[in-house]
Amino acid sequence: MPLIQLENVQKIYNTGNEHVHALHDLSLGIDQGEFVAIMGPSGSGKSTLLSVLGGLSQPTNGRVIVDGIDVYALDVEKRADFRREYLGFVFQSFQLIPYLTIIENVMLPLVVTPFARVERGRMAIEILEKVGLRSKALRLPDELSGGEQQRVAIARALVNQPPIVLADEPTGNLDSATSEAIMQLLHKLNAEGHTVVIVTHNPENIHDVDRCIHLRDGKLFVEKGLAVHSGEMASAELEKERL
Amino acid sequence: MIFLVLGLTIAVTTVVTLVTVTRAMNADIANKLDEFGANILIVPKSDELSLNYGGLAVSGVSLDVQKLSEADAAKIKTIKNSDNIKIVAPKLLNIAPIVQRNVMVVGVDFPRELQLKKWWKLNGERPSNNRQAIIGSEIKDQLRLEIGQLFQIKGEDFTVAGVLEPTGSQDDGVVFIDLKTAQRLFGKPNELNLIEVAALCYDCPIEEIVRQTSEKLPGAKVMAIRQTIESKMEAMHRFEHFSYGISAVIVLVAALIVMTNMTASVNERTREIGIFRAIGFRQVHIMKIILTEAFLTSLLAGVMGYGAGLIVSRLVTPMLTMNGNGDISFNYILLGFSVALAVLVGLLSSIYPAYKASRLDPTVALKAL
Repeated sequence: MPLIQLENVQKIYNTGNEHVHALHDLSLGIDQGEFVAIMGPSGSGKSTLLSVLGGLSQPTNGRVIVDGIDVYALDVEKRADFRREYLGFVFQSFQLIPYLTIIENVMLPLVVTPFARVERGRMAIEILEKVGLRSKALRLPDELSGGEQQRVAIARALVNQPPIVLADEPTGNLDSATSEAIMQLLHKLNAEGHTVVIVTHNPENIHDVDRCIHLRDGKLFVEKGLAVHSGEMASAELEKERL
Repeated sequence: MIFLVLGLTIAVTTVVTLVTVTRAMNADIANKLDEFGANILIVPKSDELSLNYGGLAVSGVSLDVQKLSEADAAKIKTIKNSDNIKIVAPKLLNIAPIVQRNVMVVGVDFPRELQLKKWWKLNGERPSNNRQAIIGSEIKDQLRLEIGQLFQIKGEDFTVAGVLEPTGSQDDGVVFIDLKTAQRLFGKPNELNLIEVAALCYDCPIEEIVRQTSEKLPGAKVMAIRQTIESKMEAMHRFEHFSYGISAVIVLVAALIVMTNMTASVNERTREIGIFRAIGFRQVHIMKIILTEAFLTSLLAGVMGYGAGLIVSRLVTPMLTMNGNGDISFNYILLGFSVALAVLVGLLSSIYPAYKASRLDPTVALKAL
């Protein structure tokens, strides 16, 4: 069974009298250890898909099952606990807390865990070492370059050792050299066993990924993939029809 | 956050000032109240009426069922509210012939009597030994006595040291002599038949002091003279109520300021709250963060408000009290009250913004996602 399983997920936004179908009856499985890129034009629903995957946005229909847990059957507080244990989020605009130092930012997810303060510090230092920013632990985010800030964000996402890393346009605000470094870091994490799902515009980013999922109008296309899961058949057929 | 602390501080300052100044004014009036004379009279329990003093029946010389003694007068100072007893003026009342006329001779403790009857206007001098007397204006006219003149009571010589200007009270028809001398003269050592007490307690009823005194003196009749004090009390309490009313309004306004500020702060930090939620903070964690912040800022505001209130009170009180006493001392209870008030207002009015913050949709909060 895949680590992440989406079953007939549908997301409809109601804005006034309009109903926007952000995701159409989408089924998808992502295996443990996979590196998956989600691509598509803006408005295709890829960010919505990531937030549904990440337990942040309740789908209108369908189920999201992660490691056997029906995420949206959990109550709101349990779902927060689930995010803390299973997921690390990396955002396009880094989303660091400006008045906290780098190490405090990285320690943030640990604040609500039972780890002792010293232990939290040790874990944060360890992870900062991994992303190569240990020397800047006591700086404020503003003092760092974009690429460094994104590495801090990745460190924050990883400090809990979550099995899954979800990244929304992680290189969207970075130049190509820095983007490359960030992608390499994500690949390194993937090699260490983290399942990585990224949303991206940039075709450069999908060279070495295991699978690329294309979204268009909330529907799924499979272009590059080692395995086609049963749930994706409907979309594959749909694609055939289009051709 | 600055405006929140400032708003709350000003509110606490105002409340502290109002409370402190009201208290200072009450204490001030309380100190002045002994000028209005005795408000408690103590006489021996008796079945028969004989002597009359200022409309009050005083037990007859030989008919006292239980006699009052000087020890009883001392006991008054031992009641629970003894701090509120300002003056105890013991007396021995008797009738004696002076210049072939029967007049009332009252043995008094002169220093205490003069302290109690601040309105007395004395021509001549205060008695400096036990052979000197003070006489009322009617006595002076009836007996044709002048300052410095000698007269006899029961064969003993006394000098008129001072003459009272007309008071319009029973004192006009009385000869005042030293208490000890009167007790010896009338053969009643240590005996009293009237004790006048000036008691004051602006936050407890005079009835309570009367009750406590009655307990100590089971053989005596303790009576309160109400009118003198009660109208004064009423005025003080009215001012107190007024300042509490104002304080309540100010606290309410402060609560609204806190709520507005906290709501604004939550709105400003929507993104931040979204990050917290995304990385696994529960809704209760978010509430805790907001409320902790409210607690700390309120704590600060409480302490600062008390300090500022103390300063303002010291400046304002001399202008409002009769004796210009601005000596307001540091008060731990009031400090505790100020901090508690600030924290209570701060926390209560942050509950709704905190609740709102915790319910923010993390995806909306993050926008990016």
